[in-house]
Order: sequence, then C-alpha cells, then structure tokens
Amino acid sequence: MERKIFDPFIIRGLLAGIAVALVAGIVGCFVVWRRMSYFGDSLAHASLLGVALGILIGIGANAGIVFTSLLFGFLLLWLQQSKDLPTDTLLGVLSHFALSISIIIISLNKIKIDLHSFLFGDILTVTSNDLWWMYLGGIIVLILILFNWSSLILVTIDEDLAKAEGINPLFVNLLLTTILTIVVAISVKIIGILLITSMLIIPAATSRRLVSSPESMAFVATLFGLLSVFLGIFLSVEIDTPSGPTIVVVSSFLFLLTTFLSIFVVKK
Amino acid sequence: MKTFNALISANNISVIKNQKSILRDIDIEINKNDFITIIGPNGAGKSMLLKCLMGFYKPDKGDIRKKKNLKIGYMAQNINIKNNMPINVQRFVTVHKKFDEYSLKKVILETQIDKIINKQMSVLSGGEMQRVLLARSLLNNPDLLILDEPAQNLDISGQINFYKLLQSIYKKRNLSILMVSHDLHLVMVSTKKVLCLYNHICCSGEPHQIAKDPEFISMFGKDMANMMSVYQHSHNHNHDHDHDKDFIIGEKNI
Repeated sequence: MERKIFDPFIIRGLLAGIAVALVAGIVGCFVVWRRMSYFGDSLAHASLLGVALGILIGIGANAGIVFTSLLFGFLLLWLQQSKDLPTDTLLGVLSHFALSISIIIISLNKIKIDLHSFLFGDILTVTSNDLWWMYLGGIIVLILILFNWSSLILVTIDEDLAKAEGINPLFVNLLLTTILTIVVAISVKIIGILLITSMLIIPAATSRRLVSSPESMAFVATLFGLLSVFLGIFLSVEIDTPSGPTIVVVSSFLFLLTTFLSIFVVKK
Repeated sequence: MKTFNALISANNISVIKNQKSILRDIDIEINKNDFITIIGPNGAGKSMLLKCLMGFYKPDKGDIRKKKNLKIGYMAQNINIKNNMPINVQRFVTVHKKFDEYSLKKVILETQIDKIINKQMSVLSGGEMQRVLLARSLLNNPDLLILDEPAQNLDISGQINFYKLLQSIYKKRNLSILMVSHDLHLVMVSTKKVLCLYNHICCSGEPHQIAKDPEFISMFGKDMANMMSVYQHSHNHNHDHDHDKDFIIGEKNI
C-alpha cells in the first residue's frame, strides 16, 4: 500500500511526534542527570497496566495510563524512603509485576487491543482527539518545568544543599514523577511502552558532549529529538516499519555520529 | 525583659529521635562577630544542632529565637556533582539565588574563584570545590555563616589554605561564623569560642581554656589537649606550654 506524506494519518503522526520530542528532550535531561532511566522504564511498563485497566473499566487508555502510572510512581517514591532494599531491586519487582499482570488482565478479559502497537508504537493509531490530549499534557509539562526550573536544577545537583536553601526535595521528586508520568502517557502511541525510555535518554545523551550548561543541553536534546522523530516517521512510512523502533534507531545513529565526531574530530 | 541582641539564641533545646537523645538541653547564643567552633565525636549531634539553628528541624523541646531578617549563609560539607550534568562555576554559584552583580563580583574575588569561574563543576579539585561552595554561601551577604566540616575532604595544605581564606573573610566582612570542625589545631587562631558537644554541651570557652578542661581531656585525650595548647602558644605566645618537645611536634605539623 502506497502512503503519501500528506496523508492525514501521517500529518497526525508527525504532530504527535513533535509533541513527544518537545517534552522528551527536556525531561530526558533530568532522567540522565538523576540516573532515572530504570525509573522511567518501570513507569512505562506500569502504563500497560493502565491501558488494560482503562479499557476494562471504560475510562479509556489515556486516562488509565495517567492514573495507574501516577499511582505507581508515588508507590515507588514511598518505597524508596525505606532504605532496606536498593531502588533498582524495587523497580525490577514492581515493573515486571505490572507488565505481567497487565498481560494476564488483557488475555483473561479478552480485551481487543493491538498489543504490538502499544509495545512499539504505531502512528496510524493517533486520533485527533489524542492530539489534543498530547498537546495539553505537553503544555502542562513545560509549564511545570519552567516554573520550577532552578529548584529542579538545585535538587538535581545536591539534595542536601537544596534542603539547606529551603527547597523541599520530596516535593521536587513528586513533581518530577508527575512530569515523567505525563510524558509516558504522551509517548505511548508513537514510541511504544518498551521504548519510551530511549526517547528520553538518547537525545539527552547525544547533546551531552556538545554543551556546557543545563539549559543548552535541554535545548540541543530537544533539537535531536525533533530530528529523530521527523526522520524516523518518514522512514517508517517509507519502508513500512513500526514508528517506535524506527525513531529509536535514527536517534541512536545520531548518538553514535556525535560520539565519533566528538572523539575523533574535536580531539585533534 | 532584656532586648534581644543576639543573631540566634537557642534556649534549652532537646532533640529525641528513635528514643535516643540526640541533643539535651542545649543553650547557645550567637552574637555579632562571634567565631564559634563546635567539636565533638561522631554522632554527638553536631549536624543536628546546625539543622535546628537554621530552622530545618524543629527541636522536641526548647525554643530558638532569631533576629529579624537574619541572613544565614550555609556551606555544605561537600557536594557530589556528577559529570552527566554540564554546569559551570558561575552558574552553580548563582543558581536559585537572588543576587546583584556587585555582590557576585565581590564574592568571586574574595574566594579567589575568578580564574575558574568558567570551568565545569565536574573538573574542579577539592580545594577549588570548597572555595566555590564558600562563594555560594556568601552570595547573599549573610550576617551569619554556618559551615559543616568545610575542609573535611582536603589534604593538610588545602585545609590550611581554606582556613586562612575563611579567617580573612571573617575579618573583612565582619560577620559571625558558626562552624563544625575537627581540625581544631588549624582553626585555633581564628576561633574565639569552642563548644564541645556530646549530645549535651560538655564544656565551652576560649580555646586555650578549653584545652585544660577535664571534660575536654577525657573526651579527646591528653595529646589533643597538649597539641591545642601548643598551637595556641605558637601563634599567640601565651607562655603556658609545659615542655619543648610538644612545641617541636607542633611546628612540624604546620
């Protein structure tokens, strides 16, 4: 089947991709700085539970994702307060539990969803209704980040220092978890549950070597995110592949390219 | 009631955590131009006392009074900035702070960080990092500077340089300093009052007095007490040392 670039499906997919890239670049920087990539991964896995429950109860996949992931995120934060077990162990237990239980719920109730498109993303599933939600979520994320920028930076640098200067680190962690949840919900349709974390960390990691301030890292990461989304979606249409993996492969190539360039060209 | 002149005064504060008494009936008053050093073994409640005074922890008993609009600068012990965040010294010193250009320039010159101001935080040496942290704590022109073991991670010459710098800032800025430090022999010259803490205040007073206090000697041993009188001697020439051997050890250590 031949698809045109200006097909409404593709336009919607591109608009969705732009929404994802605009938030993923900035939020991804925090994921890299705070070493939260496993946290993001677990949150994304939990979102499949949200999809299953949302459809089962009848509130829809998007609302299901936001509620379940928020609950999951706060549960993780709460568990992290007890220092008996390392965080990655807790995350491992919870995320695989969430992933498994959601597959069981889906198969027991014979919920008709295209699992493949939720796991790896599919631009053809984006409706105009989705787009409104994605851009609303994206604007909320950007506003939350902009208004709390310096607190977020200081807590990321050092929690004790932030505490000494009157910032409540717990509030900032809750904020970041909420932001990450919204980003996961925004990205599911395009990138897919299994690959969301890479959309967060690869553009941020790509820009790291090229910049010298937190703001420029967020900016350049957003540019790399946009570039990956554009190239990825065009490629996936052209060669008929799932959008998520195609975008991730493109952004990984960009990462490798800048890494080689910075090692071999800049060093000379 | 007498007028309140102190910057901060804590009256009879106690902190109990997990049924353990961390602080017991502490009275402390910090006045203008004080230089108070708190010493004490690990787990003596030194950091907790600082937290209470800065208002991050509410003591279970007692009250803390602060002068109106008191500006406190806090210098963290050490921060562990990771290489994955790109941020230079100037940005770090000013992030989340209200400041004016003049104060910034002044602080940069005072703490001698002008040469490293554009360096990335992740490549700083231990001594540079401490000066940058000090600069940050001074940026809002505090009346009181609170430091928690500021030179803990430095080698001996780094420690000496840091305390020299602190002394010069103390003199120039006319501020008050409250510091937790184990490097008592190095801060002896600047310190006006030593407070020896072990959940309660064991003893307090001028450095050369405290070295003779039986409680101090029982906590830190005779060697430390001797060493302190020696340092006191070698800088202030209070002829009260007992024998020359200590004096030589003292000079060597400098």
